[in-house]
Amino acid sequence: AALNDGLRSQVSAALKEGRVTPTELCQRCLALIKSTKFLNAYITVAEETALKQAEESEERYKRGQPLGILDGIPVAVKDNFNTAGIETTCASNMLKGYISPYNATVVQKLLDQGAVLLGKTNLDEFAMGSGSTDGVFGPVRNPWSYSEQYKEKSVPKSHSEDGEFNWVITGGSSGGSAAAVSSFTCFAALGSDTGGSTRNPAAHCGVVGLKPTYGLISRHGLIPLVNSMDVPGILTRCVDDAAVLLGSLAGHDPKDSTTIQDDFKPFELPNLTDVSKLSVGIPKEYHAPGLSSEILALWSKAADLFKNAGAKVVEVSLPHTRYSIVCYHVLCTAEVASNMARFDGLEYGHRSDMKDSTESMYAATRREGFNDVVRGRILSGNYFLLKQNYEKYFVKAQKVRRLIANDFVKVFRSGVDILLTPTTLSDAAPYTEFIQEDNRTRSAQDDILTQAANMAGLPAINVPTALSERGLPVGLQFIGRSFQEKQLLTVAKWFEKQVQFPVIQLEEVKRHDSGVFQHQKSASFS
Amino acid sequence: QKVSVEVLDHLEHLALVDFRDSEGVERLQKAIQFADQLHEVNTDGVEPMDSVLEDRCLYLREDDVTEGNCTKELLENARQKVEEYFVAPPGNIPLPKLEERETFLHGS
Repeated sequence: AALNDGLRSQVSAALKEGRVTPTELCQRCLALIKSTKFLNAYITVAEETALKQAEESEERYKRGQPLGILDGIPVAVKDNFNTAGIETTCASNMLKGYISPYNATVVQKLLDQGAVLLGKTNLDEFAMGSGSTDGVFGPVRNPWSYSEQYKEKSVPKSHSEDGEFNWVITGGSSGGSAAAVSSFTCFAALGSDTGGSTRNPAAHCGVVGLKPTYGLISRHGLIPLVNSMDVPGILTRCVDDAAVLLGSLAGHDPKDSTTIQDDFKPFELPNLTDVSKLSVGIPKEYHAPGLSSEILALWSKAADLFKNAGAKVVEVSLPHTRYSIVCYHVLCTAEVASNMARFDGLEYGHRSDMKDSTESMYAATRREGFNDVVRGRILSGNYFLLKQNYEKYFVKAQKVRRLIANDFVKVFRSGVDILLTPTTLSDAAPYTEFIQEDNRTRSAQDDILTQAANMAGLPAINVPTALSERGLPVGLQFIGRSFQEKQLLTVAKWFEKQVQFPVIQLEEVKRHDSGVFQHQKSASFS
Repeated sequence: QKVSVEVLDHLEHLALVDFRDSEGVERLQKAIQFADQLHEVNTDGVEPMDSVLEDRCLYLREDDVTEGNCTKELLENARQKVEEYFVAPPGNIPLPKLEERETFLHGS
């Protein structure tokens, strides 16, 4: 089995038939993690426990009793999910050295099905950011920076004046997870998505990034950012794999009362051939200022693709789109101000040596533990929650939120099944360029196309579509109706098949994948 | 409209996080400016939305003890403890007032 095989179609079968063993798979991934260390995708690699899990999986396969499709499959988890016995840092000094006493529900579910947990991936500190550049362990590098495709197109510009290699960012905040999946060090990874944090890096790293409907997957154990918008995100190399992961993670969790109680039935995606009954909406407001002409053209081509295949493609309007970022800014900082209050140094995490008083110890601990971005959001949030500002800002933002959510309800009620939009404004920027603007400005710019789906709680997915002129991935986004993941993923899978996104050509991967390195011919979409 | 030093000081107390330098204050000013765009939207007659799941009943489980007895695990991550207690410095001592504190806000 090759590292770029789909789970359901190939790897699982290979494991069952003994053509590859879980231990081999695990070792290959661990070796690849080592040789791609320069990507800085992983904060912690749990080598020993992973190998142990792989051995246990192997025993089960030998007995002919695998736990399911995920048995023996190497996965990675974003470092803001609690993992028992493994350090969980949220890329912050505040939680350096914090060893979780429990597994987040989604982590437990993966382990219960025999998945092999390779390690914890890098992110922006406390998932605040859109570049995966603001964590204490340093920025994550986009694997595509090192691809043949990028090198071919960007050689003259790929080195800055001082000879430093101008690598590009992964996007964020789940950049480590996206990079891990993109560079083949794991078959799937968990991210989180509050404003686009799974879909944004998925687009920049050329992988599938699924944001499920709010309330479908448990947040128990996911260190919270915005309780009313956070969801665990799924990153995989193909849509079918995302469906597999969704199937194993979705469902009511008594430990998270914001999960819905409806029965969830895992599903296999049909191979859609007839899209004539599909109605695709193109929200005109998503032609946002700053959208690159390249992506605009790609979006247009995608719409034509659906039209030519017989689907009904209509322009729709989501009039409050442009306020979603402002609304998010207020609601996010307000919830952050509340959620970060738990970090006081007493029960866990960093504790300052200051001991004059409880308050001064808390203040010093938080001063030492949080970076500027986190502290900035806490202070802004507290400002918006002040008695004199509460109605003006927080309640006002909640009202605007309803307007944004209603925009979607109206459009879906008018007969549209699914929305097609760009995911990002452009392809991945070089790191040196990206850090010239501050975190808040960047987040405000980059989240513009993804944020509204979180506001409305809707499911959304990034599907890698084509390579840009610079040789970097560009993705498009589908937004679906609440809890209609099956329809969303079915359409996404059809689209994925049409565009045939190319496989990344990475030297390191070729070296480790001594098996057949399958070249998927890309029917050049761009 | 600049935020007054009194409010800045109040925020530092509430948040137990400091502005550290003028950049921190600038950041807040910009954040407020950005948020002011909300007032362009007409929200007459619109109810605030707490949660997208507002039409559903929140799940409440039975009041049965299903887990606990994990004192040891919980204490493991605390830096200072005595027997089964988390140890905190003396409480009821408010943060020093602005004039007495070492904060850059002095200069503002």
